[in-house]
Amino acid sequence: MKITLTVNGTGHPLDVEPRRLLADVLRDDLGLTGTHLGCEHGICGACTVLMDGRPVRSCLVLAVQCDGGSVRTVEGLAGPDGAPHPLQRAFSAEHALQCGFCTPGFLMAAAAALEADPDLGAEPDAVAEVVGSNICRCTGYEPIRRAITRAAQEQREQAHER
Amino acid sequence: MKPATFDYVAPRTVAEAVEALGDPGREAQVLAGGQSLILEMHLQRSRPELVVDINRIPELDRMSVEDGELRVGALIRHAAFEAADAVPGPLGTLLSRAVVNIAHPPIRSRGTMAGSFGWAHPASEWCAVGVALDATVEVTGPEGPRALAARDYFLGPYRTARGPRELITAVRMPLLGEHTGVGFIEHRRTHFCFAQVAVAAALTVHDGVIGDARIGLVNSADRPVRARAAERTLLGAEFGPLPAGRRLPDTHPFARAGRVAAQEDAVPVAEPYADVAYKRQAVAVLVGRTLREAATDLRARLAAPEGDHR
Repeated sequence: MKITLTVNGTGHPLDVEPRRLLADVLRDDLGLTGTHLGCEHGICGACTVLMDGRPVRSCLVLAVQCDGGSVRTVEGLAGPDGAPHPLQRAFSAEHALQCGFCTPGFLMAAAAALEADPDLGAEPDAVAEVVGSNICRCTGYEPIRRAITRAAQEQREQAHER
Repeated sequence: MKPATFDYVAPRTVAEAVEALGDPGREAQVLAGGQSLILEMHLQRSRPELVVDINRIPELDRMSVEDGELRVGALIRHAAFEAADAVPGPLGTLLSRAVVNIAHPPIRSRGTMAGSFGWAHPASEWCAVGVALDATVEVTGPEGPRALAARDYFLGPYRTARGPRELITAVRMPLLGEHTGVGFIEHRRTHFCFAQVAVAAALTVHDGVIGDARIGLVNSADRPVRARAAERTLLGAEFGPLPAGRRLPDTHPFARAGRVAAQEDAVPVAEPYADVAYKRQAVAVLVGRTLREAATDLRARLAAPEGDHR
């Protein structure tokens, strides 16, 4: 089936079988291997990407469902000049990753939450809800919580300075 | 595993979707949020020959209030109910308290309320809310539209009165009146588990006496349960001050209703980590607690300034 997928701002005409998952098309057809597949059951959240701005499990969405839509993956987080996203800097600063397998999913879930709610840094319960969406077997979650809060507060301060 | 091969159509209208589903020669599945269906297809427990994706049917993506009823179109996602004011009155509060127990934000941004009714998992939060409030499921098939009362709709685990050629177009729930307090409490092993047991409750009080009680039980039988026997014990009971302390005294009407729900309404199915006796105990305790939450909610509502409806 012929579809057009806009990923991180670039349109890709593709010919895919309906049974193929968004995650597999991103990784195998487009070479965007930043999106990781862990459980493929929608539980672990490593494959989380943004579909039309909303966080989704790319293992529970068919690629054909995204025809004409836009997808944002972890490769699309950094700025056009390659500068890391505030969340990526905060994850590094707070040691919010160890093996890094789950990190793309956490970054995308956090990016969605941050875009939907600029006051996220002042709402520990909302941050816990985001962190509770995905599984991390290294960090014990606390550094991830700190990193998301840090990035949110940083973004808030920058918005005030402008 | 990956899903087996299937044909895929994405109709633009309900009529086209029903036509696609109407082919008796092929096993078809409706794809709305897909958060259960695509997983089942991964596991190849579900191997449809045709997938009818309804996500491009704009008329299904609408939520409205008509004649005192909330009408939720088949494409309205779980996430739409996270804000208590998304739906007017106590019903909005009840739905917002229930929805946070459904998976996680990235699942809630895809999964739909109508899809939960279609899937009919015994641990579904929405389905128990639906039977407690006498929801209506609207379906359209080759013979035209029909409306199914929630009490007649659920036939067992994953089994409903919807015909295989019918499409759920909406779920309707009555709005709850002014003097109603609501509660929803879920018990599960970890953040990532389905409910072992959960309870939805709505209490309506007139002149200091309980006039209506609605109790829905999640995962307390092979289908969602309305705890009618427990509800009956509450009718006419005085709506007195809540006892101090965390634990309800055994003689309190809410504790008694919990025991009745556990013994007479629940028909628990044993699961790993939750045998029948455990589930009955959980039902008894949770019904008491949820009624207490509903009573607290009602007190807050009555104390709130005029016109401040959450």
